[in-house]
Amino acid sequence: MSAPVLALEGVRKSFGEEVVLRDVQLVVPEHSVTVLVGASGSGKSTLLRCINLLERIDDGQVIFDGVDISDPRVDVDDVRTRMGIVFQAFNLFPHMTVVDNITLAMRRVHHIPRREAEERAIEALDRFGLADKAGQYPDRLSGGQQQRVAIVRSLAVAPRLMLFDEVTSALDPVLVNEVLSVVRDLRADGMTMVIATHEMGFATQVADEVCFLSEGVIVERGPAAQVIEAPRDPRTQEFLRRVHEAGRL
Amino acid sequence: MAASWTPSSVELARRGVRRVQDRRRALVAVVSSVVVLGALATVVVTSTGWPVVKETFFDVSYGIEVLPQIWDGFLLNLRLAAIAAVSIAVLALVIALVRTSTAPALAPFRLLATAYVDVFRGIPLLLVILLIGFGVPALQLTDSPVSVEVLGTTAVVLTYSAYVAEVIRSGVLSVHPSQRAAARALGLTQVQTLRFVVLPQALRRVVPPLLNDLVALLKDIGLISILGAPDAIREAQIATSLTFNYTPYVVASILFLLVTIPLTRLTDRLLERSIARQNAQGTA
Repeated sequence: MSAPVLALEGVRKSFGEEVVLRDVQLVVPEHSVTVLVGASGSGKSTLLRCINLLERIDDGQVIFDGVDISDPRVDVDDVRTRMGIVFQAFNLFPHMTVVDNITLAMRRVHHIPRREAEERAIEALDRFGLADKAGQYPDRLSGGQQQRVAIVRSLAVAPRLMLFDEVTSALDPVLVNEVLSVVRDLRADGMTMVIATHEMGFATQVADEVCFLSEGVIVERGPAAQVIEAPRDPRTQEFLRRVHEAGRL
Repeated sequence: MAASWTPSSVELARRGVRRVQDRRRALVAVVSSVVVLGALATVVVTSTGWPVVKETFFDVSYGIEVLPQIWDGFLLNLRLAAIAAVSIAVLALVIALVRTSTAPALAPFRLLATAYVDVFRGIPLLLVILLIGFGVPALQLTDSPVSVEVLGTTAVVLTYSAYVAEVIRSGVLSVHPSQRAAARALGLTQVQTLRFVVLPQALRRVVPPLLNDLVALLKDIGLISILGAPDAIREAQIATSLTFNYTPYVVASILFLLVTIPLTRLTDRLLERSIARQNAQGTA
C-alpha cells in the first residue's frame, strides 16, 4: 500500500490558554474520505486550518505526501498549491467574476496562459452546471452557487487533497444538497478529502472513516456504520442523541 | 396576468391621498425656502455697509478686467495640483504598503514610514511650505535656484502623502482576513495576495475619501502663493493691492468653485453608491 496522503502525529494547538487540539492522530490514505464530526468548538475547523498551515501548530507533526510540512523551512506556498480548502463562508473574491476567481491561481501560481486557464475553468463550471455563471460577479449568485464556485476554484489547480470546512453550514436546506452532490462526485473521482460537517446523513454516505472530536480530542473513530450508527463512547452517544433531537439525522 | 390587473378602489383612494400629501409637501418646501433665503438676502442688502461692500467686492467690470490674469494663475493651480496628485498617489501607496507589510527586511522602513506619517500629519501645511520654501534653498544643493513652484508643490506632496497613506492603509486593513486566507490557501504568495486580492478591494473602498482629499488638494495648492508662486490667489492679491478693490478675490473664489463643486457632487454620489452596495451585501 502506498504512503498516506496525509498523516497527523500528536498535533497540538492552543489559542492563548485555551487548548483547541490535543494529541491528534490521523491517517488519510489516498482516495479516502475522512469526515470530522463534533459539536461547534470541538476543533474541527482549527484542525483543517492547521493541516492547510493557515494556523501554526504548537506541537506534533503534519506529514503531507511523506514530507513534514510543519517544518518552518518548508515552502508554505508550494504546499498550498497541492492542497485545496473550501470555507464555510465561501470567501470568493467579490471584485472578480466567477471565471477570474477560478483562473487566478492557475494563471498567477501555475503560470497557465489565460486562454487555457479559462477553457479549463469553463469546463469545470460546466460539469457542475454553472457554465452560464462564468461572467457573473459572486454577489449575483445564490449561496449554493457561490459555494460550488468556491469548490471549483480549489479544484482548478488539481490538488492532491481537498479540505472542506463546514461548507454547507451557511446554506439553507435546499441548497445544501447541490453542494453535497458535488462532494459525492469528487468522491467518485477518487479525490482524497477531509471533511468537517454537521450533516450526519451525508457523513454516513461518503465517509471511509468518521472521527468524532470532543474538546480537541478524537474520542472515537471508525467506519460510519460504527461511529454514527452504533457509537461506543458516551460523548459521541450524547452528541448524536442531541443531533437526533434537532432532527438533523 | 399582469395585463388583466386594474388597481382596486382601495389602491386608487390611496393614490389620491398620496397626491394631495405630495402637493402639500412641495408647497411647504417652496414657502420655507423663499422665507429663509429672502430673509438672509434682506439682512445683507439692507445692512449699512452693503453699498460699500457691493462696490469693493462685486464690481463686475473690474472683475471682468482682471479675469484673464487670474485665469492664468488658476491654470498654474490646476497644473500643480495635477502633478501633486500623481506624486501623492505614488508616494502614499508606497508608504501605506510599507506600513502594512510584515516582512522582517522592511522593519527599518516601517519605522521610518510611521515617523514620516506622524511628523507630516502633525505640522500645519502652511508651516511645511514655509520651512521647505525657505529652508531648502538655504542648503544650496543646486547651482541654480529651485523655483518656488517646485518647492511649494513638494511641501504639499509631503504633507498630503501622509494623510493619503493613512486612508489607503485603513482600506487595506478593512479587507476581511478571510479574503487573505482564501488567497493564500490557493497558493498565492503574500505579494500576489496583496496585488490581486487585497489592494483592488481596498482601493475601491477608499475612492470616495480620496476624492475628498483631491478637492482639498485643489484648494490647498493655493497656499504656495505665500512663497510668491503666481497662482490664482497671488494674482488676485496683486490685482487687489493695485486698486484696493476686493473683487479679484471673489473672481478667484468662483474659479475654484467651478472645479470643486462638480468634484464634491461626484464624491457624494460615489459615497452613497458604495454605502448602498455595502448595505446590500449585509454583514458579510
